[in-house]
Amino acid sequence: MTDLKRMTLALALAASASFAHAADLRIGLQEDPDVLDPDQSRTFVGRIVYASLCDKLVDITPGLEIIPQLATGWSWSEDGKTLTMQLREGVTFHDGTPFDAEAVKANIDRSQNLPESRRKSEVKSITGVEVTGPHEVQFSLADPDATLLAQFADRAGMMVSPTAAAAAGADFGLNPVCSGPFKFVERIQQDRIVLEKFADYWNADAISFDRVVFLPIPDTTVRLANLRAGDLDMLERLAATDVASAKGDASLQVEEAVSLGYQGITVNVANGERANNPLGQDARVRQALSLAIDRNVINQVVFEGAFAPGNQPFPPTSPWYDTRFPVPERDVEKAKALLKEAGFDRLEIEVQVANNPVQMQLMQVVQAMAAEAGFDIKLTAKEFATLLKDQTAGDYQASQVGWSGRVDPDGNIHQFQTCNGGINDSKYCDPEVDRLLNAARVSNDTAERKASYDAARAILAEAMPIIYLYHQTWIWALSDKLDGFVPYPDGMIRLEGVSFK
Amino acid sequence: MLGFIGRRLIIAIPTIVLISIFVFALQKLLPGDPVLAMAGEERDPEVLEFLREKYRLNDPIPQQYLHWMGGVMQGDLGVSLRTRQPVLELIAEKLPVTIQLAVMAMTIALMIGIPAGILSAVHKGGWIDWLANLFALSGLSVPNFWLGIMLILLVSVKLGWLPASGYQPLATDPLRSIQTMLMPAFVLGTGLAATLMRHTRSAMLGVLRADFIRTARAKGLRERTVILKHALRNALVPIVTISALLFGELLAGAVLTEQIFTIPGFGKMIVDAVFNRDYAVVQGVVLCTAVAFIAMNLAADAAYRWLNPRMREQG
Repeated sequence: MTDLKRMTLALALAASASFAHAADLRIGLQEDPDVLDPDQSRTFVGRIVYASLCDKLVDITPGLEIIPQLATGWSWSEDGKTLTMQLREGVTFHDGTPFDAEAVKANIDRSQNLPESRRKSEVKSITGVEVTGPHEVQFSLADPDATLLAQFADRAGMMVSPTAAAAAGADFGLNPVCSGPFKFVERIQQDRIVLEKFADYWNADAISFDRVVFLPIPDTTVRLANLRAGDLDMLERLAATDVASAKGDASLQVEEAVSLGYQGITVNVANGERANNPLGQDARVRQALSLAIDRNVINQVVFEGAFAPGNQPFPPTSPWYDTRFPVPERDVEKAKALLKEAGFDRLEIEVQVANNPVQMQLMQVVQAMAAEAGFDIKLTAKEFATLLKDQTAGDYQASQVGWSGRVDPDGNIHQFQTCNGGINDSKYCDPEVDRLLNAARVSNDTAERKASYDAARAILAEAMPIIYLYHQTWIWALSDKLDGFVPYPDGMIRLEGVSFK
Repeated sequence: MLGFIGRRLIIAIPTIVLISIFVFALQKLLPGDPVLAMAGEERDPEVLEFLREKYRLNDPIPQQYLHWMGGVMQGDLGVSLRTRQPVLELIAEKLPVTIQLAVMAMTIALMIGIPAGILSAVHKGGWIDWLANLFALSGLSVPNFWLGIMLILLVSVKLGWLPASGYQPLATDPLRSIQTMLMPAFVLGTGLAATLMRHTRSAMLGVLRADFIRTARAKGLRERTVILKHALRNALVPIVTISALLFGELLAGAVLTEQIFTIPGFGKMIVDAVFNRDYAVVQGVVLCTAVAFIAMNLAADAAYRWLNPRMREQG
């Protein structure tokens, strides 16, 4: 072999080594996650990272049933105030700490008592955690809490290593240690989060990647270009406008699932001075506005038909949706009549909206439709942090916002529409709605809960403090080399069973 | 020379303090509550209050400023409200990225801008001048984000020559690092090259009309020597000023370009920080950028003295 050939070979080897290893999975995220501590974080993309990093007590199926993950079984006491869980044996955290009942106790304690914890309200119903065996734990509750298992299927149920958490305190997120299929390697803000396979994972056979790299790429066009160029293997939140072109590309697959959340217009009905206007004071005006809107047209015009029109806090695909009241047809005449009944021929209202192109376009379509029924909508575009602050403070008439959605129906409705709800920015208050939503919270009987939600929904559909418009669909684009991806309505990316063909 | 630099450094201190006060005050004027932005969908009033206390957001603003400045004096720029990472660490992480991008973009700008400016001045009115002007005009008027996306579609998606976006540190993989930076540097560089070309051209045109150039030609010097040695060196002073200012701007981060090519530099960090009301990060980055800008100006002033001996006698 000549020197030249040898050098060429060496260079070729060096070059190939510099490219990504075949079993590396690169996932494009829409934004950079915040702090990687399940007790402190709040971003949707953060949860996508956790799906590979941190196992939870329980998980969900695509049909929203609760299934075992770190807990293998559970049972409720007769009075619904004690939950006993059997835990998976032979599980260790990434730092070698064994996962057992003591670890669960420490985790609940951390969610409840770490001053920075954002999980406090999610585990508020737990009054005590008792270790009843090395792998059995008992939760005592003040009142029955039907939402608890669903909380355990999200960040409140993510188990972090108690050893690492005690050592790092509030700085745990700089070097998170959990028990999921991948362990934390490094993070460069706004650039990448690297995880590598955890060899001792209890379900290691289902995992076929050596490393997972999350790359935040905010621009949707660029994210798709990266996938097409082979620099990504999959991405989350493909823009609705790109679905057609991605489906037409033979090297890509597109997967979809209607989300658990909603988008709508929250109306200020009793949140300070600015609620004193016809829209805030007269339910007929709100009903008229709702009737003036064609939700199907919004979906076709703004979202190219990719999302799901909606009229309830739960999407039509949810088992909690009240099918007796489907998405209403637009009825301009009825809207005009209602407005007239309320004493107006034309009415000017102000709606605040986040200043991004999609939400602006949405509200412009609403503005045009409502104009035909007699509404002169003035749109005020605000940067999101400002919009949120004004909404909390009551400095708005109506606000176009949404909610990312929760597995349990309670998470989509209770805190928004009960009198003292934490996110009740419209300050709507009806004791009967409170009673129904509280009853739904403490019952473990699905049919009984459904009846309560249906009854509350009927009242809310009349009062209409929130005008529901549509439900976003999570859209993933994947390289055709990937196999086994299952879309979930919570928008997470679960890598069990996913592999390269 | 040393005395000159020393005097300039002393003047720089009040400037930096003023900038820091200005940025601090301006941020507080921004509507929106950092704690609310941080809490997102989980809005437990108790937690919000704890965070406000913890990050001293309840203190009077002058007190907040003094506390922050006290930390800065000790080399502590605070902690990111969003990720809890120390700001100093963040800056140390992003600065090499931004410097690499700035150096590469500046190199491309100088390599295109100065020769194009010289050529179009020498061939004033000819087709080279016309072509260079056309280039300059399009370089100035084509928006970066458009050129960026077009380049990604052409070079990465269609041709597959370069990675579409992302970043690799120079130390771990130099080849890949330069590959990933090439397109963003080109996008930034061509925009700057246009500015540089225009300035080089007008400076050169001014000098080429001067008497000493005629003298040099009359002496029978080669045209090449006349242009590069006599004309260019005299035309360089304004070009150095412009280059230093442009480079200083590059150090502040190229927001749009970084966003499109997902380069984790200053621009992307500061935009994310502003949207999340991550005060500590914004302040830290602006302070750092202000220092860099002042340093670039100082470097430019020092360069004049080296280029133009007549300026050395002035204080």
